[in-house]
Amino acid sequence: MENTFTAKIWVLGDDIDTDIILPTEYLALKTVEDMKPYAFSPLRPELAGLIQPGDMIVAGKNFGCGSSREQAPEVVKALGISCVVAKSYARIFFRNAINNGLLLIENADLYDEVTEGGTAEVTPGKDIIYNGKTYEIASLPANLMEILNAGGLVKAMRKRNGLD
Amino acid sequence: MGMTIAEKIIACAAGKTEVHAGDIETVTLDRLMSNDGTTHLTIDMFNNKIKHPRIADTSKLVWIVDHNIPADSPKTAASQKKMRDFAREHGITFYEGEGVCHQVMMENHVRPGELIFGADSHTCAYGALGAFGTGVGCTDYLYAMVTGTSWLLVPETIRFNLTGKLPEGVYARDLILTIIGKISANGANYRAMEFAGEGLHTLTMADRISICNLCVEAGAKTALMEVDDVAMEYLTAHGRTPKATFASDPDAVFAETYDIDLSTIRPIVAKPHFVDNVVPADECLGVKIDEAFLGSCNNGRIEDLRVGAAVIKGKKVAPKVRFLVVPASRSVYKQAMEEGLLDIFMESGAIVMNPNCSVCWGACQGVIGEGETLISTGTRNFKGRAGHKDSFVYLASAATVTASAVAGEIMTADKL
Repeated sequence: MENTFTAKIWVLGDDIDTDIILPTEYLALKTVEDMKPYAFSPLRPELAGLIQPGDMIVAGKNFGCGSSREQAPEVVKALGISCVVAKSYARIFFRNAINNGLLLIENADLYDEVTEGGTAEVTPGKDIIYNGKTYEIASLPANLMEILNAGGLVKAMRKRNGLD
Repeated sequence: MGMTIAEKIIACAAGKTEVHAGDIETVTLDRLMSNDGTTHLTIDMFNNKIKHPRIADTSKLVWIVDHNIPADSPKTAASQKKMRDFAREHGITFYEGEGVCHQVMMENHVRPGELIFGADSHTCAYGALGAFGTGVGCTDYLYAMVTGTSWLLVPETIRFNLTGKLPEGVYARDLILTIIGKISANGANYRAMEFAGEGLHTLTMADRISICNLCVEAGAKTALMEVDDVAMEYLTAHGRTPKATFASDPDAVFAETYDIDLSTIRPIVAKPHFVDNVVPADECLGVKIDEAFLGSCNNGRIEDLRVGAAVIKGKKVAPKVRFLVVPASRSVYKQAMEEGLLDIFMESGAIVMNPNCSVCWGACQGVIGEGETLISTGTRNFKGRAGHKDSFVYLASAATVTASAVAGEIMTADKL
């Protein structure tokens, strides 16, 4: 996760809840691939079709509030989102995202200064560079980095137990 | 250094004498609840991703079908069959048709002092009995099911000192919506919300469950209440004893403290599309509704049905309005039947459904269409939560919801 990457930015607002990320009616679909077209559909029905692998989401406070449905971070990951940068995250979503290998970054300032369609240079655990300005970001605790680097909790356990 | 209730329960589960906010601890879970919202995903991972699949302690697992019951499509039927078959094969305690998972847990399983993971965000309801309940996703659940343990960041605590008594016609629902409005939808994020004080003793168990249940809508990791005589009486009546009863030490450190005089609370409505978007109910009077819902893990208990029945007795549901009444559990349903409450609802024109998550979950019963408006005792009013993305959900107490069903527009019971 030390590698720097450049990502195109999609901007969402405050309190992006799990029913926005994936509405209840699509939870019964068989695979996360089937769910992908409906991500964020109550808010921006066209968005899932526009997101390209490697893009990033920048949002305000309390991203992922609401339900414990793990399909929410799964579908964001499946869309190829490289990371989400938000002012804060709801705690169940935060755990679920890490457990699915989705990189979440907390930053108080970027959201207020960013424009959709721009690009940012992200170095996990270090900083984000956007529009010539550097935004410092904290590293996650070691136990979470192990999970994230493995690609999720189940993969981390398999790795720890020498299965992969 | 003193400890909060949350710190004491985690210390106990971590086998330590002392832990404090900010520590990351490995804990042994006392109980693991999962429902049909996500259990099929847990089973798939258990069967396909683990080399030596095993359950650390089957006796700690409780599985409950409550979100889509009875099954409403071949897909949900298949998912529930998977859950039912797995539970039978592994000897897991299994309920279907008994009620909403948190009500079933409160009636049958939760004990003060326990640390409980539930694969459902409203697991924080268990704090009404002094248990640390917290919602997790299916991967965390799987890990806890296989190892019996998990990791937890010890949360800071926001303390609410309650004094006084709720006025006549004002309910726990109004109190917790007022609190969420005050601290906002992420005001308690990563934190525990603890309720104590003499005002707590005036609240029934139904009130307490309603309050703790909704704390996740302020972002809380868990909600906790001191265990008093009211809680002990409930526990004893349901044939259980505490694991341990905790109160925060006088020198415990709280991140924030609020003093709330219950007598100052008034009827409240949360407007679309956020639970913290609250206003005095009077400001919403006259908003036309298409549907009203009395039920859910928040307000489907016998006390709530009594309130609703008292409001609607001898009156009719407004023309062109659907009023869905959904008892939170089979025992609530039976008691409501014995007390004649279901007769009152049915004579009024209400639709009385089987115990389940129903309208609150927005996928199984009472889904609302484009442009429609619902007033609900459910847990959330997010955009699209109850059906079409362009629909509107208002949240309020059982009294306000029932009065609105009669009026056909948002109405408080005192003005009906």
